[in-house]
Amino acid sequence: MKIVVLVKQVPDTFGERKLDTTTGLLDRDASEPIIDEINERALEAALQQKDADKSVEVVALSMGPSSATDALRKALAMGADRAIHVLDDSLAGADVARTTAVIGAAVASEGFDLVVAGNESTDGRGGVLASSLAETLGVAALTSIGELTVDGTSVSGVRATEYGTVTARADLPAVVSATERAPEGRFPNFKGIMTAKKKPLATVTLAELGVGDSGARSTVVSVAERPARTAGVKIVDDGTAATQLAEFLASNRLI
Amino acid sequence: MPNILVFVETSASGELRSNPAGALSAAAAIGTPVAVVTVSPGSGAAVADTLGKLGAAHVFIAESASAATLLATPQAAALAAAAAEYDASAVLIEGTTDGRDIAGRLVARLGAALLADAVALKRDGDRLVATHSVFGGAYTVESTVEDGPVVVTVRPGAFEATSATATPAIKTVALDADGSASAVIDSVVEEKAVSSRPELREAKTVVSGGRGLGAADKFVLVEQLADALGAAVGASRAAVDAGWIPSNHQVGQTGTTVSPDLYIALGISGAIQHRAGMQTAKTIVAINKDADAPIFDVADFGIVGDVFSVVPQLIDAVASKN
Ligand SMILES: Cc1cc2nc3c(=O)[nH]c(=O)nc-3n(C[C@H](O)[C@H](O)[C@H](O)COP(=O)(O)OP(=O)(O)OC[C@H]3O[C@@H](n4cnc5c(N)ncnc54)[C@H](O)[C@@H]3O)c2cc1C
Repeated sequence: MKIVVLVKQVPDTFGERKLDTTTGLLDRDASEPIIDEINERALEAALQQKDADKSVEVVALSMGPSSATDALRKALAMGADRAIHVLDDSLAGADVARTTAVIGAAVASEGFDLVVAGNESTDGRGGVLASSLAETLGVAALTSIGELTVDGTSVSGVRATEYGTVTARADLPAVVSATERAPEGRFPNFKGIMTAKKKPLATVTLAELGVGDSGARSTVVSVAERPARTAGVKIVDDGTAATQLAEFLASNRLI
Repeated sequence: MPNILVFVETSASGELRSNPAGALSAAAAIGTPVAVVTVSPGSGAAVADTLGKLGAAHVFIAESASAATLLATPQAAALAAAAAEYDASAVLIEGTTDGRDIAGRLVARLGAALLADAVALKRDGDRLVATHSVFGGAYTVESTVEDGPVVVTVRPGAFEATSATATPAIKTVALDADGSASAVIDSVVEEKAVSSRPELREAKTVVSGGRGLGAADKFVLVEQLADALGAAVGASRAAVDAGWIPSNHQVGQTGTTVSPDLYIALGISGAIQHRAGMQTAKTIVAINKDADAPIFDVADFGIVGDVFSVVPQLIDAVASKN
Protein backbone atom coordinates (compact mmCIF):
# COMPACT_ATOMS: atom_id res chain seq x y z
CA MET A 1 0.00 0.00 0.00
CA LYS A 2 1.22 3.48 -0.85
CA ILE A 3 0.26 6.38 1.42
CA VAL A 4 0.96 9.94 0.31
CA VAL A 5 1.09 12.42 3.20
CA LEU A 6 0.63 16.10 2.39
CA VAL A 7 3.01 18.42 4.19
CA LYS A 8 2.82 22.19 4.39
CA GLN A 9 5.44 24.53 5.69
CA VAL A 10 3.85 27.31 7.76
CA PRO A 11 5.02 30.13 10.02
CA ASP A 12 5.40 28.89 13.60
CA THR A 13 2.21 29.74 15.49
CA PHE A 14 4.31 30.33 18.62
CA GLY A 15 5.83 33.41 16.94
CA GLU A 16 4.34 36.62 15.64
CA ARG A 17 3.11 35.99 12.11
CA LYS A 18 3.13 38.81 9.59
CA LEU A 19 1.60 39.59 6.24
CA ASP A 20 3.26 41.82 3.69
CA THR A 21 0.72 44.66 3.62
CA THR A 22 1.39 45.51 -0.03
CA THR A 23 1.06 42.02 -1.54
CA GLY A 24 -1.09 40.34 1.08
CA LEU A 25 1.30 37.41 1.03
CA LEU A 26 2.99 35.90 4.02
CA ASP A 27 6.10 37.75 5.13
CA ARG A 28 8.37 34.71 5.20
CA ASP A 29 11.20 36.50 6.94
CA ALA A 30 9.08 37.51 9.93
CA SER A 31 8.71 34.10 11.51
CA GLU A 32 10.28 30.72 11.56
CA PRO A 33 8.97 28.29 8.93
CA ILE A 34 8.10 24.88 10.37
CA ILE A 35 6.14 21.80 9.34
CA ASP A 36 2.53 22.37 10.37
CA GLU A 37 1.71 20.42 13.51
CA ILE A 38 -1.37 18.92 11.88
CA ASN A 39 0.81 17.40 9.14
CA GLU A 40 2.95 15.70 11.78
CA ARG A 41 -0.23 14.08 13.05
CA ALA A 42 -1.21 13.10 9.49
CA LEU A 43 2.23 11.59 9.00
CA GLU A 44 2.00 9.78 12.32
CA ALA A 45 -1.26 8.17 11.18
CA ALA A 46 0.52 6.92 8.06
CA LEU A 47 3.62 5.76 9.96
CA GLN A 48 1.44 3.72 12.31
CA GLN A 49 0.21 1.80 9.27
CA LYS A 50 3.82 1.22 8.31
CA ASP A 51 4.69 0.09 11.85
CA ALA A 52 2.02 -2.58 11.54
CA ASP A 53 2.93 -3.61 8.00
CA LYS A 54 6.43 -3.04 6.67
CA SER A 55 5.26 -3.23 3.06
CA VAL A 56 3.43 0.11 3.42
CA GLU A 57 5.26 2.88 1.62
CA VAL A 58 4.94 6.41 2.98
CA VAL A 59 5.64 9.32 0.62
CA ALA A 60 5.69 12.91 1.93
CA LEU A 61 4.62 15.52 -0.61
CA SER A 62 4.87 19.27 -0.31
CA MET A 63 4.18 22.20 -2.60
CA GLY A 64 6.10 25.24 -1.44
CA PRO A 65 9.14 27.46 -1.76
CA SER A 66 12.67 26.06 -1.61
CA SER A 67 12.68 26.24 2.20
CA ALA A 68 9.93 23.58 2.25
CA THR A 69 12.73 21.03 1.83
CA ASP A 70 13.26 21.40 5.59
CA ALA A 71 9.70 20.30 6.29
CA LEU A 72 10.18 17.31 3.99
CA ARG A 73 13.50 16.39 5.63
CA LYS A 74 11.71 16.41 8.96
CA ALA A 75 9.07 14.08 7.54
CA LEU A 76 11.82 11.77 6.28
CA ALA A 77 13.51 11.88 9.70
CA MET A 78 10.22 10.92 11.33
CA GLY A 79 10.05 7.87 9.07
CA ALA A 80 8.64 8.66 5.60
CA ASP A 81 10.36 6.59 2.89
CA ARG A 82 10.75 9.34 0.34
CA ALA A 83 9.65 12.85 -0.44
CA ILE A 84 8.40 14.89 -3.38
CA HIS A 85 8.77 18.64 -3.53
CA VAL A 86 6.64 20.53 -6.05
CA LEU A 87 8.71 23.64 -6.55
CA ASP A 88 7.95 26.40 -9.02
CA ASP A 89 8.34 30.16 -8.70
CA SER A 90 4.99 30.74 -10.36
CA LEU A 91 3.26 29.06 -7.40
CA ALA A 92 4.00 31.91 -4.98
CA GLY A 93 0.66 33.07 -3.60
CA ALA A 94 -1.27 30.23 -5.29
CA ASP A 95 -4.90 30.11 -4.13
CA VAL A 96 -6.79 27.02 -3.00
CA ALA A 97 -8.07 26.08 -6.46
CA ARG A 98 -4.61 26.25 -8.01
CA THR A 99 -2.99 24.47 -5.07
CA THR A 100 -5.52 21.67 -5.39
CA ALA A 101 -4.95 21.34 -9.14
CA VAL A 102 -1.18 21.18 -8.70
CA ILE A 103 -1.17 18.76 -5.76
CA GLY A 104 -3.80 16.71 -7.60
CA ALA A 105 -1.53 16.38 -10.62
CA ALA A 106 1.45 15.45 -8.45
CA VAL A 107 -0.49 12.85 -6.46
CA ALA A 108 -2.05 11.38 -9.60
CA SER A 109 1.31 11.00 -11.32
CA GLU A 110 2.79 9.40 -8.19
CA GLY A 111 -0.15 6.99 -7.70
CA PHE A 112 -1.65 6.23 -4.29
CA ASP A 113 -3.92 4.06 -2.23
CA LEU A 114 -4.43 6.67 0.44
CA VAL A 115 -3.67 10.38 0.74
CA VAL A 116 -3.51 11.77 4.29
CA ALA A 117 -3.73 15.53 4.85
CA GLY A 118 -4.33 17.77 7.85
CA ASN A 119 -7.90 19.05 8.20
CA GLU A 120 -6.75 22.66 7.97
CA SER A 121 -3.45 24.48 7.93
CA THR A 122 -2.67 27.00 10.64
CA ASP A 123 -1.83 29.76 8.16
CA GLY A 124 -4.59 29.29 5.59
CA ARG A 125 -7.43 27.81 7.61
CA GLY A 126 -9.53 27.25 4.49
CA GLY A 127 -10.04 23.63 5.45
CA VAL A 128 -11.19 22.55 2.00
CA LEU A 129 -8.11 21.06 0.41
CA ALA A 130 -8.73 17.39 1.24
CA SER A 131 -12.25 17.31 -0.18
CA SER A 132 -11.30 19.44 -3.18
CA LEU A 133 -8.39 17.11 -3.88
CA ALA A 134 -10.67 14.08 -3.64
CA GLU A 135 -13.03 15.67 -6.17
CA THR A 136 -10.08 16.37 -8.48
CA LEU A 137 -8.83 12.80 -8.16
CA GLY A 138 -12.31 11.29 -8.45
CA VAL A 139 -12.12 9.45 -5.12
CA ALA A 140 -13.83 9.48 -1.73
CA ALA A 141 -12.92 11.98 0.99
CA LEU A 142 -13.10 10.99 4.63
CA THR A 143 -12.32 14.22 6.44
CA SER A 144 -11.77 15.51 9.97
CA ILE A 145 -10.95 12.13 11.45
CA GLY A 146 -9.47 11.72 14.93
CA GLU A 147 -8.17 8.20 14.66
CA LEU A 148 -7.94 6.26 11.42
CA THR A 149 -8.48 2.56 10.87
CA VAL A 150 -7.09 1.25 7.60
CA ASP A 151 -7.46 -2.24 6.24
CA GLY A 152 -6.43 -3.48 2.82
CA THR A 153 -9.45 -2.10 1.01
CA SER A 154 -11.02 0.64 3.10
CA VAL A 155 -10.47 3.36 5.67
CA SER A 156 -12.77 4.36 8.51
CA GLY A 157 -12.91 6.66 11.47
CA VAL A 158 -14.92 9.00 13.62
CA ARG A 159 -15.38 12.54 12.51
CA ALA A 160 -16.14 15.28 15.01
CA THR A 161 -18.37 18.08 13.80
CA GLU A 162 -20.01 21.08 15.42
CA TYR A 163 -23.06 18.93 16.11
CA GLY A 164 -21.67 15.66 17.35
CA THR A 165 -19.81 12.71 15.91
CA VAL A 166 -20.18 10.79 12.68
CA THR A 167 -18.74 7.34 12.02
CA ALA A 168 -17.88 6.96 8.36
CA ARG A 169 -15.82 4.87 5.97
CA ALA A 170 -14.55 4.92 2.42
CA ASP A 171 -13.19 2.42 -0.06
CA LEU A 172 -9.61 2.88 -1.20
CA PRO A 173 -8.24 4.77 -2.99
CA ALA A 174 -9.31 7.71 -0.84
CA VAL A 175 -8.25 11.02 0.64
CA VAL A 176 -8.50 11.43 4.40
CA SER A 177 -7.82 14.37 6.68
CA ALA A 178 -6.69 14.18 10.28
CA THR A 179 -7.67 16.53 13.09
CA GLU A 180 -5.85 17.65 16.19
CA ARG A 181 -7.40 14.73 18.04
CA ALA A 182 -5.22 12.37 16.01
CA PRO A 183 -2.11 11.18 17.87
CA GLU A 184 0.83 13.57 18.04
CA GLY A 185 3.69 13.04 15.63
CA ARG A 186 6.67 11.02 16.86
CA PHE A 187 10.02 12.67 17.51
CA PRO A 188 12.68 11.81 14.97
CA ASN A 189 15.38 9.76 16.65
CA PHE A 190 19.09 10.00 15.88
CA LYS A 191 18.99 7.15 13.40
CA GLY A 192 16.00 8.73 11.67
CA ILE A 193 17.81 12.03 11.29
CA MET A 194 20.91 10.33 9.89
CA THR A 195 19.06 8.15 7.38
CA ALA A 196 16.81 11.06 6.32
CA LYS A 197 19.82 12.63 4.64
CA LYS A 198 20.13 9.63 2.33
CA LYS A 199 16.45 9.14 1.54
CA PRO A 200 15.24 10.26 -1.90
CA LEU A 201 13.81 13.77 -2.16
CA ALA A 202 12.64 14.50 -5.69
CA THR A 203 11.86 17.96 -6.99
CA VAL A 204 9.22 18.40 -9.67
CA THR A 205 8.20 21.48 -11.63
CA LEU A 206 4.84 22.44 -13.12
CA ALA A 207 6.14 21.76 -16.62
CA GLU A 208 7.01 18.21 -15.56
CA LEU A 209 3.54 17.77 -14.08
CA GLY A 210 1.95 19.29 -17.16
CA VAL A 211 -0.44 21.56 -15.25
CA GLY A 212 -1.44 24.78 -16.93
CA ASP A 213 -2.93 27.85 -15.33
CA SER A 214 -6.64 27.92 -16.01
CA GLY A 215 -9.73 28.48 -13.92
CA ALA A 216 -10.89 31.27 -11.65
CA ARG A 217 -8.45 32.72 -9.12
CA SER A 218 -8.88 34.69 -5.96
CA THR A 219 -6.75 37.77 -5.47
CA VAL A 220 -6.05 40.08 -2.55
CA VAL A 221 -7.61 43.55 -2.75
CA SER A 222 -6.36 45.14 0.46
CA VAL A 223 -4.55 44.32 3.69
CA ALA A 224 -4.75 46.29 6.92
CA GLU A 225 -3.04 45.56 10.20
CA ARG A 226 -5.22 45.90 13.26
CA PRO A 227 -3.82 47.70 16.26
CA ALA A 228 -2.75 45.28 18.98
CA ARG A 229 -4.91 45.01 22.07
CA THR A 230 -3.73 46.69 25.21
CA ALA A 231 -4.09 45.48 28.77
CA GLY A 232 -6.71 47.10 31.02
CA VAL A 233 -6.92 46.91 34.79
CA LYS A 234 -5.46 44.02 36.74
CA ILE A 235 -6.28 43.53 40.40
CA VAL A 236 -5.05 40.98 42.90
CA ASP A 237 -7.90 39.20 44.67
CA ASP A 238 -8.20 40.31 48.29
CA GLY A 239 -11.65 38.82 48.73
CA THR A 240 -13.46 41.66 46.92
CA ALA A 241 -12.32 41.00 43.34
CA ALA A 242 -15.52 39.18 42.38
CA THR A 243 -17.68 42.11 43.54
CA GLN A 244 -15.46 44.58 41.71
CA LEU A 245 -15.73 42.50 38.54
CA ALA A 246 -19.53 42.33 38.87
CA GLU A 247 -19.56 46.16 39.18
CA PHE A 248 -17.35 46.47 36.10
CA LEU A 249 -19.61 44.16 34.09
CA ALA A 250 -22.76 45.94 35.24
CA SER A 251 -21.41 49.41 34.51
CA ASN A 252 -20.46 48.26 30.99
CA ARG A 253 -23.92 46.71 30.53
CA LEU A 254 -22.40 43.28 30.08
CA ILE A 255 -24.69 41.67 32.66
CA MET B 1 -29.65 41.31 -9.38
CA PRO B 2 -27.50 38.19 -9.72
CA ASN B 3 -28.65 35.01 -8.05
CA ILE B 4 -26.61 33.99 -5.02
CA LEU B 5 -26.91 30.43 -3.80
CA VAL B 6 -26.87 29.77 -0.07
CA PHE B 7 -26.29 26.21 1.03
CA VAL B 8 -28.43 25.37 4.05
CA GLU B 9 -27.19 22.59 6.28
CA THR B 10 -29.69 20.12 7.68
CA SER B 11 -29.42 17.35 10.26
CA ALA B 12 -29.82 13.69 9.34
CA SER B 13 -33.50 14.02 10.20
CA GLY B 14 -33.92 17.09 7.98
CA GLU B 15 -33.94 19.97 10.51
CA LEU B 16 -32.22 23.23 9.64
CA ARG B 17 -28.89 23.76 11.25
CA SER B 18 -26.40 26.47 11.95
CA ASN B 19 -27.35 30.02 10.94
CA PRO B 20 -29.15 30.06 7.58
CA ALA B 21 -30.70 33.46 8.44
CA GLY B 22 -27.27 35.11 8.65
CA ALA B 23 -26.03 33.55 5.42
CA LEU B 24 -29.29 34.39 3.59
CA SER B 25 -28.99 38.00 4.76
CA ALA B 26 -25.39 38.12 3.51
CA ALA B 27 -26.64 36.89 0.12
CA ALA B 28 -29.51 39.38 0.06
CA ALA B 29 -27.00 42.21 0.43
CA ILE B 30 -25.22 41.19 -2.79
CA GLY B 31 -27.99 39.67 -4.90
CA THR B 32 -31.10 37.51 -4.85
CA PRO B 33 -30.83 34.79 -2.19
CA VAL B 34 -31.55 31.25 -3.35
CA ALA B 35 -31.55 28.68 -0.55
CA VAL B 36 -30.36 25.19 -1.52
CA VAL B 37 -31.11 22.17 0.67
CA THR B 38 -30.45 18.48 0.24
CA VAL B 39 -32.92 16.26 2.07
CA SER B 40 -34.34 12.78 2.03
CA PRO B 41 -37.25 12.31 -0.39
CA GLY B 42 -40.47 13.81 0.92
CA SER B 43 -39.03 16.03 3.64
CA GLY B 44 -38.33 19.18 1.63
CA ALA B 45 -41.67 20.95 1.97
CA ALA B 46 -41.23 21.46 5.70
CA VAL B 47 -38.02 23.45 5.38
CA ALA B 48 -39.08 25.59 2.39
CA ASP B 49 -41.56 27.58 4.42
CA THR B 50 -39.03 28.26 7.16
CA LEU B 51 -36.42 29.37 4.63
CA GLY B 52 -38.89 31.83 3.19
CA LYS B 53 -39.39 33.28 6.66
CA LEU B 54 -35.62 33.73 6.84
CA GLY B 55 -35.56 35.68 3.59
CA ALA B 56 -34.97 33.18 0.76
CA ALA B 57 -36.46 34.39 -2.53
CA HIS B 58 -36.11 30.92 -4.05
CA VAL B 59 -35.74 27.53 -2.44
CA PHE B 60 -34.12 24.72 -4.40
CA ILE B 61 -34.84 21.38 -2.80
CA ALA B 62 -32.74 18.43 -3.94
CA GLU B 63 -34.26 15.20 -2.70
CA SER B 64 -31.91 12.26 -2.52
CA ALA B 65 -32.08 8.92 -0.77
CA SER B 66 -28.40 9.34 0.05
CA ALA B 67 -28.72 12.87 1.51
CA ALA B 68 -27.88 11.60 4.97
CA THR B 69 -25.68 8.63 4.10
CA LEU B 70 -23.01 10.01 1.76
CA LEU B 71 -20.46 12.56 2.91
CA ALA B 72 -20.67 15.89 1.04
CA THR B 73 -21.19 14.47 -2.45
CA PRO B 74 -25.02 14.80 -2.68
CA GLN B 75 -24.79 18.36 -1.38
CA ALA B 76 -22.06 19.30 -3.86
CA ALA B 77 -24.12 17.74 -6.68
CA ALA B 78 -27.21 19.69 -5.58
CA LEU B 79 -25.28 22.97 -5.56
CA ALA B 80 -23.78 22.28 -8.96
CA ALA B 81 -27.28 21.60 -10.32
CA ALA B 82 -28.65 24.75 -8.67
CA ALA B 83 -25.74 26.86 -9.97
CA ALA B 84 -26.76 25.89 -13.50
CA GLU B 85 -30.49 26.22 -12.87
CA TYR B 86 -30.24 29.76 -11.46
CA ASP B 87 -27.15 30.86 -13.40
CA ALA B 88 -25.74 31.84 -10.01
CA SER B 89 -22.79 34.19 -9.74
CA ALA B 90 -21.71 33.00 -6.29
CA VAL B 91 -22.34 30.21 -3.79
CA LEU B 92 -22.24 30.89 -0.04
CA ILE B 93 -21.64 27.98 2.30
CA GLU B 94 -21.28 28.23 6.05
CA GLY B 95 -17.77 27.17 6.98
CA THR B 96 -18.69 24.31 9.29
CA THR B 97 -16.93 20.94 9.08
CA ASP B 98 -19.51 19.66 6.60
CA GLY B 99 -19.79 23.00 4.81
CA ARG B 100 -16.09 23.14 4.08
CA ASP B 101 -16.15 19.64 2.60
CA ILE B 102 -19.01 20.61 0.33
CA ALA B 103 -17.21 23.82 -0.66
CA GLY B 104 -14.03 21.89 -1.46
CA ARG B 105 -15.83 19.54 -3.81
CA LEU B 106 -17.80 22.34 -5.42
CA VAL B 107 -14.71 24.47 -6.11
CA ALA B 108 -13.15 21.61 -8.06
CA ARG B 109 -16.40 20.66 -9.76
CA LEU B 110 -17.23 24.17 -11.00
CA GLY B 111 -13.65 25.26 -11.68
CA ALA B 112 -14.45 28.04 -9.23
CA ALA B 113 -12.25 30.12 -6.96
CA LEU B 114 -12.71 30.05 -3.20
CA LEU B 115 -12.99 33.00 -0.86
CA ALA B 116 -12.47 31.30 2.48
CA ASP B 117 -13.81 32.21 5.89
CA ALA B 118 -15.49 35.50 4.97
CA VAL B 119 -16.59 37.72 7.85
CA ALA B 120 -18.15 40.34 5.57
CA LEU B 121 -19.22 40.50 1.91
CA LYS B 122 -19.95 43.37 -0.43
CA ARG B 123 -20.48 44.01 -4.09
CA ASP B 124 -18.05 46.29 -5.89
CA GLY B 125 -19.30 46.79 -9.45
CA ASP B 126 -19.66 43.25 -10.72
CA ARG B 127 -17.05 41.88 -8.35
CA LEU B 128 -17.74 40.29 -5.02
CA VAL B 129 -15.36 41.40 -2.26
CA ALA B 130 -14.94 39.30 0.88
CA THR B 131 -13.37 40.44 4.13
CA HIS B 132 -11.27 38.00 6.13
CA SER B 133 -9.89 38.25 9.64
CA VAL B 134 -6.42 36.73 9.41
CA PHE B 135 -3.96 35.46 12.04
CA GLY B 136 -6.40 35.74 14.89
CA GLY B 137 -7.65 39.15 13.82
CA ALA B 138 -4.19 40.73 13.56
CA TYR B 139 -4.96 41.57 9.92
CA THR B 140 -8.05 42.44 7.95
CA VAL B 141 -7.72 41.27 4.35
CA GLU B 142 -10.11 41.86 1.46
CA SER B 143 -10.09 39.52 -1.51
CA THR B 144 -11.98 39.04 -4.72
CA VAL B 145 -12.26 36.85 -7.81
CA GLU B 146 -11.69 38.79 -11.01
CA ASP B 147 -13.40 36.41 -13.31
CA GLY B 148 -15.28 33.14 -13.06
CA PRO B 149 -17.48 31.37 -10.54
CA VAL B 150 -17.00 32.05 -6.82
CA VAL B 151 -17.55 29.82 -3.83
CA VAL B 152 -17.47 31.59 -0.47
CA THR B 153 -17.24 29.90 2.91
CA VAL B 154 -18.75 32.28 5.43
CA ARG B 155 -17.64 32.28 9.04
CA PRO B 156 -20.45 30.85 11.15
CA GLY B 157 -21.85 33.49 13.46
CA ALA B 158 -20.29 36.42 11.60
CA PHE B 159 -23.44 37.54 9.77
CA GLU B 160 -26.51 39.08 11.39
CA ALA B 161 -29.99 38.07 10.31
CA THR B 162 -31.44 41.19 8.69
CA SER B 163 -33.71 39.90 5.90
CA ALA B 164 -37.45 40.38 5.82
CA THR B 165 -39.77 37.43 5.38
CA ALA B 166 -40.29 36.34 1.77
CA THR B 167 -42.65 34.00 0.01
CA PRO B 168 -40.19 31.87 -1.88
CA ALA B 169 -40.57 30.25 -5.28
CA ILE B 170 -39.93 26.57 -4.66
CA LYS B 171 -38.35 24.05 -6.98
CA THR B 172 -37.97 20.42 -6.00
CA VAL B 173 -35.78 18.03 -7.96
CA ALA B 174 -34.87 14.39 -7.51
CA LEU B 175 -31.14 13.99 -7.24
CA ASP B 176 -29.35 10.84 -8.30
CA ALA B 177 -26.26 10.85 -6.15
CA ASP B 178 -23.46 8.63 -7.33
CA GLY B 179 -21.86 7.07 -4.26
CA SER B 180 -18.92 5.41 -5.96
CA ALA B 181 -16.43 8.13 -5.03
CA SER B 182 -17.83 9.12 -1.67
CA ALA B 183 -17.34 8.31 1.97
CA VAL B 184 -20.32 6.53 3.50
CA ILE B 185 -21.86 7.54 6.83
CA ASP B 186 -22.46 4.57 9.11
CA SER B 187 -23.84 6.30 12.18
CA VAL B 188 -24.38 9.74 13.68
CA VAL B 189 -24.40 10.74 17.33
CA GLU B 190 -25.82 14.22 17.83
CA GLU B 191 -24.37 16.02 20.82
CA LYS B 192 -27.20 16.80 23.17
CA ALA B 193 -27.24 20.56 23.21
CA VAL B 194 -28.00 22.14 26.57
CA SER B 195 -30.99 24.00 25.21
CA SER B 196 -30.69 26.96 27.55
CA ARG B 197 -27.12 27.64 26.41
CA PRO B 198 -26.31 29.60 23.25
CA GLU B 199 -24.03 28.19 20.59
CA LEU B 200 -20.38 29.08 20.96
CA ARG B 201 -20.06 30.84 17.61
CA GLU B 202 -23.19 32.92 18.02
CA ALA B 203 -23.02 33.80 21.71
CA LYS B 204 -22.82 37.36 23.03
CA THR B 205 -20.95 36.07 26.08
CA VAL B 206 -18.50 33.17 26.24
CA VAL B 207 -17.03 31.66 29.41
CA SER B 208 -14.02 29.44 28.73
CA GLY B 209 -12.06 27.15 31.01
CA GLY B 210 -8.51 25.87 30.78
CA ARG B 211 -6.09 23.52 32.43
CA GLY B 212 -6.33 25.62 35.60
CA LEU B 213 -9.69 23.97 36.35
CA GLY B 214 -7.64 20.90 37.21
CA ALA B 215 -10.15 18.07 36.71
CA ALA B 216 -13.20 17.02 34.71
CA ASP B 217 -15.57 17.29 37.66
CA LYS B 218 -14.31 20.76 38.49
CA PHE B 219 -14.93 22.01 34.96
CA VAL B 220 -18.62 22.38 35.97
CA LEU B 221 -17.59 25.67 37.54
CA VAL B 222 -17.14 27.04 34.01
CA GLU B 223 -20.62 25.82 33.09
CA GLN B 224 -22.13 27.31 36.26
CA LEU B 225 -20.75 30.77 35.50
CA ALA B 226 -21.81 30.41 31.87
CA ASP B 227 -25.35 29.60 32.93
CA ALA B 228 -25.42 32.49 35.40
CA LEU B 229 -24.51 34.82 32.50
CA GLY B 230 -26.53 33.12 29.75
CA ALA B 231 -23.22 32.39 28.05
CA ALA B 232 -21.78 29.69 25.83
CA VAL B 233 -19.04 27.40 27.15
CA GLY B 234 -15.59 27.47 25.56
CA ALA B 235 -12.28 25.81 26.40
CA SER B 236 -8.57 25.84 25.77
CA ARG B 237 -6.96 23.01 23.86
CA ALA B 238 -5.46 21.73 27.10
CA ALA B 239 -8.96 21.29 28.58
CA VAL B 240 -10.15 19.53 25.43
CA ASP B 241 -7.08 17.29 25.30
CA ALA B 242 -7.72 16.36 28.94
CA GLY B 243 -11.17 15.15 27.88
CA TRP B 244 -13.07 17.56 30.12
CA ILE B 245 -15.17 18.91 27.26
CA PRO B 246 -15.82 17.93 23.60
CA SER B 247 -13.51 19.35 20.96
CA ASN B 248 -16.19 21.51 19.34
CA HIS B 249 -15.87 23.83 22.35
CA GLN B 250 -12.22 24.60 21.68
CA VAL B 251 -11.46 28.27 21.13
CA GLY B 252 -8.31 29.30 19.30
CA GLN B 253 -6.02 28.85 16.36
CA THR B 254 -7.24 25.36 15.58
CA GLY B 255 -10.62 25.68 17.27
CA THR B 256 -13.47 28.12 16.88
CA THR B 257 -12.82 31.83 16.49
CA VAL B 258 -15.22 33.82 18.62
CA SER B 259 -15.88 37.53 18.72
CA PRO B 260 -18.42 38.01 21.52
CA ASP B 261 -19.22 41.15 23.49
CA LEU B 262 -17.75 39.52 26.59
CA TYR B 263 -15.16 36.73 26.87
CA ILE B 264 -14.22 35.37 30.28
CA ALA B 265 -11.11 33.15 30.51
CA LEU B 266 -10.86 30.98 33.62
CA GLY B 267 -7.57 29.22 34.39
CA ILE B 268 -6.28 29.83 30.86
CA SER B 269 -2.70 31.04 30.44
CA GLY B 270 -3.40 32.85 27.16
CA ALA B 271 -1.01 31.05 24.82
CA ILE B 272 -0.73 32.83 21.48
CA GLN B 273 -2.79 30.09 19.83
CA HIS B 274 -5.61 30.57 22.31
CA ARG B 275 -5.54 34.35 21.90
CA ALA B 276 -5.83 33.88 18.13
CA GLY B 277 -9.38 32.66 18.69
CA MET B 278 -10.70 35.28 21.10
CA GLN B 279 -8.73 38.50 20.96
CA THR B 280 -11.32 40.26 18.81
CA ALA B 281 -13.88 40.00 21.64
CA LYS B 282 -15.14 43.44 22.66
CA THR B 283 -14.39 42.96 26.36
CA ILE B 284 -12.04 40.34 27.81
CA VAL B 285 -11.97 39.26 31.45
CA ALA B 286 -9.34 36.87 32.82
CA ILE B 287 -9.04 35.10 36.14
CA ASN B 288 -5.71 33.36 36.67
CA LYS B 289 -3.57 32.83 39.71
CA ASP B 290 -0.34 33.59 37.85
CA ALA B 291 0.11 37.39 37.69
CA ASP B 292 2.46 36.96 34.70
CA ALA B 293 0.07 34.88 32.57
CA PRO B 294 -0.01 36.34 29.02
CA ILE B 295 -3.82 36.36 29.03
CA PHE B 296 -3.58 39.53 31.15
CA ASP B 297 -1.89 41.32 28.23
CA VAL B 298 -5.18 41.28 26.33
CA ALA B 299 -7.60 41.46 29.28
CA ASP B 300 -9.66 44.58 29.95
CA PHE B 301 -10.29 43.34 33.47
CA GLY B 302 -7.88 40.86 35.02
CA ILE B 303 -8.05 39.21 38.40
CA VAL B 304 -4.97 37.56 39.85
CA GLY B 305 -6.68 34.96 41.94
CA ASP B 306 -7.93 31.40 42.36
CA VAL B 307 -10.88 30.51 40.15
CA PHE B 308 -12.26 28.28 42.90
CA SER B 309 -12.70 31.20 45.26
CA VAL B 310 -13.40 34.05 42.80
CA VAL B 311 -15.89 32.33 40.48
CA PRO B 312 -18.42 31.16 43.13
CA GLN B 313 -18.41 34.68 44.58
CA LEU B 314 -18.87 36.10 41.09
CA ILE B 315 -21.88 33.87 40.48
CA ASP B 316 -23.44 35.19 43.72
CA ALA B 317 -22.58 38.78 42.86
CA VAL B 318 -24.15 38.42 39.40
CA ALA B 319 -27.28 36.86 40.93
CA SER B 320 -27.67 39.77 43.34
CA LYS B 321 -27.35 42.29 40.49
CA ASN B 322 -30.10 40.65 38.46
C1 LIG C 1 -0.54 24.32 16.17
C2 LIG C 1 -1.10 24.61 17.53
C3 LIG C 1 -2.44 24.95 17.63
C4 LIG C 1 -2.99 25.23 18.88
N1 LIG C 1 -4.32 25.58 18.94
C5 LIG C 1 -4.85 25.92 20.13
C6 LIG C 1 -6.22 26.35 20.23
O1 LIG C 1 -6.95 26.38 19.24
N2 LIG C 1 -6.70 26.69 21.44
C7 LIG C 1 -5.93 26.66 22.56
O2 LIG C 1 -6.45 27.00 23.65
N3 LIG C 1 -4.66 26.22 22.51
C8 LIG C 1 -4.11 25.86 21.31
N4 LIG C 1 -2.81 25.40 21.29
C9 LIG C 1 -2.14 25.08 22.55
C10 LIG C 1 -1.54 26.26 23.28
O3 LIG C 1 -0.21 26.44 22.85
C11 LIG C 1 -1.53 26.01 24.81
O4 LIG C 1 -0.84 24.81 25.06
C12 LIG C 1 -2.93 25.91 25.43
O5 LIG C 1 -3.73 26.99 25.03
C13 LIG C 1 -2.80 25.92 26.93
O6 LIG C 1 -4.05 25.77 27.55
P1 LIG C 1 -4.32 26.36 29.01
O7 LIG C 1 -4.14 27.83 29.00
O8 LIG C 1 -5.61 25.83 29.47
O9 LIG C 1 -3.20 25.63 29.88
P2 LIG C 1 -1.90 26.21 30.56
O10 LIG C 1 -1.08 26.96 29.61
O11 LIG C 1 -1.30 25.09 31.31
O12 LIG C 1 -2.49 27.27 31.58
C14 LIG C 1 -3.23 26.95 32.71
C15 LIG C 1 -3.36 28.25 33.48
O13 LIG C 1 -4.21 28.04 34.60
C16 LIG C 1 -3.73 28.81 35.68
N5 LIG C 1 -4.26 28.21 36.91
C17 LIG C 1 -3.97 27.00 37.44
N6 LIG C 1 -4.73 26.78 38.53
C18 LIG C 1 -5.50 27.87 38.71
C19 LIG C 1 -6.49 28.24 39.65
N7 LIG C 1 -6.86 27.43 40.65
N8 LIG C 1 -7.08 29.46 39.53
C20 LIG C 1 -6.73 30.30 38.52
N9 LIG C 1 -5.81 29.99 37.58
C21 LIG C 1 -5.21 28.78 37.68
C22 LIG C 1 -2.23 28.75 35.56
O14 LIG C 1 -1.65 29.88 36.20
C23 LIG C 1 -2.04 28.78 34.04
O15 LIG C 1 -1.84 30.11 33.57
C24 LIG C 1 -2.21 25.14 20.04
C25 LIG C 1 -0.87 24.79 19.93
C26 LIG C 1 -0.30 24.53 18.70
C27 LIG C 1 1.13 24.16 18.60
